[in-house]
Amino acid sequence: MQMPEPDASVIAQRDLIVRRLREVLPEDAVISAEREVRAYECDALTAYRCPPLAVILPRSTEEVAAALRLLHGMGVPVVPRGSGTSLAGGALPTADCVILGVARLNKVLETNYPDRYVRVQTGVTNLSVTGAVQAEGFFYAPDPSSQLACAIAGNIAMNSGGAHCLKYGVTTNNLMGVTMVTMAGEVMEIGGAHLDAPGLDLLGVLCGSEGQLGVVTEATLRILRKPEGARPILFGFESSEIAGACVADIIRAGVMPVALEFMDGPAIRVCEDFAQAGYPVNAGALLIVEVEGGPAEIDDQLSRIRAIAERHAPMAVREAQSAEEAAAIWLGRKSAFGAMGQISDYMCLDGTIPIGALPHVLRRIGEMSAACGLGVANIFHAGDGNMHPLILFDANKPGDLEKCEAFGADILRLCVEVGGCLTGEHGVGVEKRDLMGVQFTADDMRAQMAVKDVFDPAWLLNPGKVFPLATVAEHRLAAE
Amino acid sequence: MSAALAEAPATEAELSALVAAAARDGTRLEIVGGGTRRGLGAPVNADATLSTARLDAVTLYEPQALTLVAGAGARLDDIAAMLAAEGQRLPFEPMDHRPLLGAEGAPTLGGMVACNVSGPRRIQAGACRDAMLGVRFVDGRGAVVKNGGRVMKNVTGYDLVKLQCGAHGALGVLTEVAFRLQPIPETTATLVLQGLDDATAVAALSAALGSPFDVTGAAHVGGETLARIEGFAPSVAYRAERLRAALAAFGPVGIARDDADRWRAVRDVTRFAGRPGAVWRLSLKPSDGPKAAAAIRERTPVEDALYDWGGGLVWLLTPDAGDAGEAVVRAAVARLGGHATLVRAAEATRRRVSPFPPEPAPLAALSRGLRARFDPAGILNPGRMAA
Repeated sequence: MQMPEPDASVIAQRDLIVRRLREVLPEDAVISAEREVRAYECDALTAYRCPPLAVILPRSTEEVAAALRLLHGMGVPVVPRGSGTSLAGGALPTADCVILGVARLNKVLETNYPDRYVRVQTGVTNLSVTGAVQAEGFFYAPDPSSQLACAIAGNIAMNSGGAHCLKYGVTTNNLMGVTMVTMAGEVMEIGGAHLDAPGLDLLGVLCGSEGQLGVVTEATLRILRKPEGARPILFGFESSEIAGACVADIIRAGVMPVALEFMDGPAIRVCEDFAQAGYPVNAGALLIVEVEGGPAEIDDQLSRIRAIAERHAPMAVREAQSAEEAAAIWLGRKSAFGAMGQISDYMCLDGTIPIGALPHVLRRIGEMSAACGLGVANIFHAGDGNMHPLILFDANKPGDLEKCEAFGADILRLCVEVGGCLTGEHGVGVEKRDLMGVQFTADDMRAQMAVKDVFDPAWLLNPGKVFPLATVAEHRLAAE
Repeated sequence: MSAALAEAPATEAELSALVAAAARDGTRLEIVGGGTRRGLGAPVNADATLSTARLDAVTLYEPQALTLVAGAGARLDDIAAMLAAEGQRLPFEPMDHRPLLGAEGAPTLGGMVACNVSGPRRIQAGACRDAMLGVRFVDGRGAVVKNGGRVMKNVTGYDLVKLQCGAHGALGVLTEVAFRLQPIPETTATLVLQGLDDATAVAALSAALGSPFDVTGAAHVGGETLARIEGFAPSVAYRAERLRAALAAFGPVGIARDDADRWRAVRDVTRFAGRPGAVWRLSLKPSDGPKAAAAIRERTPVEDALYDWGGGLVWLLTPDAGDAGEAVVRAAVARLGGHATLVRAAEATRRRVSPFPPEPAPLAALSRGLRARFDPAGILNPGRMAA
């Protein structure tokens, strides 16, 4: 993975930069010891590592602004970091950068139930937002798999989704306002506790900009009242085609499940081995459908879904009769990545496809898997088309990682070819940066880079992510 | 503006060539779809009109994927009829501005998107911008740009879809738009409370919206306080009864079935239609809605007020004279946190009073920067959003 050439003059000034940072930040907010900065050398995309120049952990918007003003003035790149759970290398450092970690921005500032929002500092974890409001019966809807660890700052940067976004939307649909600090250290409020400010939707473009437009220090988030209850049902089908047809029929019937998860045969068997969730191991595909509401509403919805599924001759049907059985149905799905990690190294992809293309895409992935000799298991948010193929490889075998990356790139090209996209919820980061040209024309990318030019004219925030390096270099040269 | 300077290209490529030529010549363009929302924002200073009306083809409609892709010029009524035939609709219940603005014509998808138009269901299903999956547009140099796509989950690159939605054409001419859809529910029930004062009504609506019963509309209009529930019949019946019990403390609760007309009236603010005066649209946090209205009433005449979005969206009718109440309205909203838009007023008033609230300096600088990058020659709807 090529990263931008570190600026030698910045690296040469390392001691001065650290000294100046200590002038504007408390002593314990600046980390420069080589051993300690190494803890920040990568995020959850662990194949790529680079220790940063230094790390800062500010405690307030004012400290963030002071540090950014200073670093902007000195021309030092800054890589913002939430909890470092990005699977796309969204927080991968460069050798000449300062990591700005939000871990100490960890306060819940305000909860307002009549108006249904919560205001937090962005270092709080996703799950702790719900934790702050659940006693009153409320929750924060976006639920990425890493929700125990991941920070709201990172959720906003990557516009994180989750298993329940079919009904509740992703981060951008639940984000009402932010306090943002620009690379130049200017503090601004965008949006608030009200809806739909007129003017350009700066909040909309900020969310999902992968930390390249500004550092978000506080956020106003929409909270929702928890439904009365939820219950999953599991179906095993003979093939992926049949499961795909069942998904289409459910959606077509006007039933709106809160989650609609799909696993193919290899995924079922690995998860079952690991979790003993009682999955039908001889099935070619499995669907977990979850609905919400009062007990009678749940019964009504599940009977509709059952009736639809029966038309597709399911090999197995399991409706949860208790909270324990519901947990068991979810256990296998939720432990999928852990289960896969037990048997092999793997790479998790994140492309999205139009759901009608599922059978075709799975068939092609199977063919490609056979051709390159690497196994693949498919996990899929079927309601919204977000696929998570897991490619199995051996990190200790020379050439296997490269082979796996090439296979992954081919799958993502296929996603784009059938009308989908490179990434549904993980973000581009460094991982998919060089594939952007598959989905976007030069003009498409120029329009996106124009936004970057406005928010961060010196291109110092989170360098080397999202856009191919050569595309950025050419764009910036043309601007000069 | 002469008719000779009105262009209605039949293809995106033609439109791109026209914009490129206009950029070269400095011809300022007013972008028009159906023309029904032309009265929104400040008057445009243009040399010619550019219509998207002929870009009206449906590119893709997949009911089983709840996905629609269509030309920006597609008529909203045609689209709604096509979706309804499959039991589907746009989720955000877009307001029809014709009654309020006294406008003629047929609203288009592009105009709706350019103005980020939503309705009562916005509070539960999200705004127009939340349902948008993708756009194609022609920037102010004539370059064709696409962003987003046709799939529900997509974080590939920056989200220019949201940036274009509500940009009033200032960042490009929309040529194609993509949406996620929702099924039309089997049935609808509206809970109706009578005679509550504004603050009590909003408290009742907050209780309804904070309940687990998935309220999709929450309004207070003409002495009636309304909460809407949609879905399959058994589910609606169950939730309506539970919600009625939860709201009993606020008074007797009536239940009306399938009353689309009532919600259409809320959506289109028909109560103010045909009545003289200026119309303000305030967005605040719901509990501040009645406070803002009361504070404004103390200092300037308000002829009528109605509340949507659980109290967070306030419509005010004020006399269209002087500043139409601007100073008082904007001061009240600024104090509470929120914003006020002048939606309807005589052209002279709209030239005097900025229809959109002034942005704080740092945001205004970013917005100016974006307009300059997307439309360097300043030819796209100049004046509409900001001077």
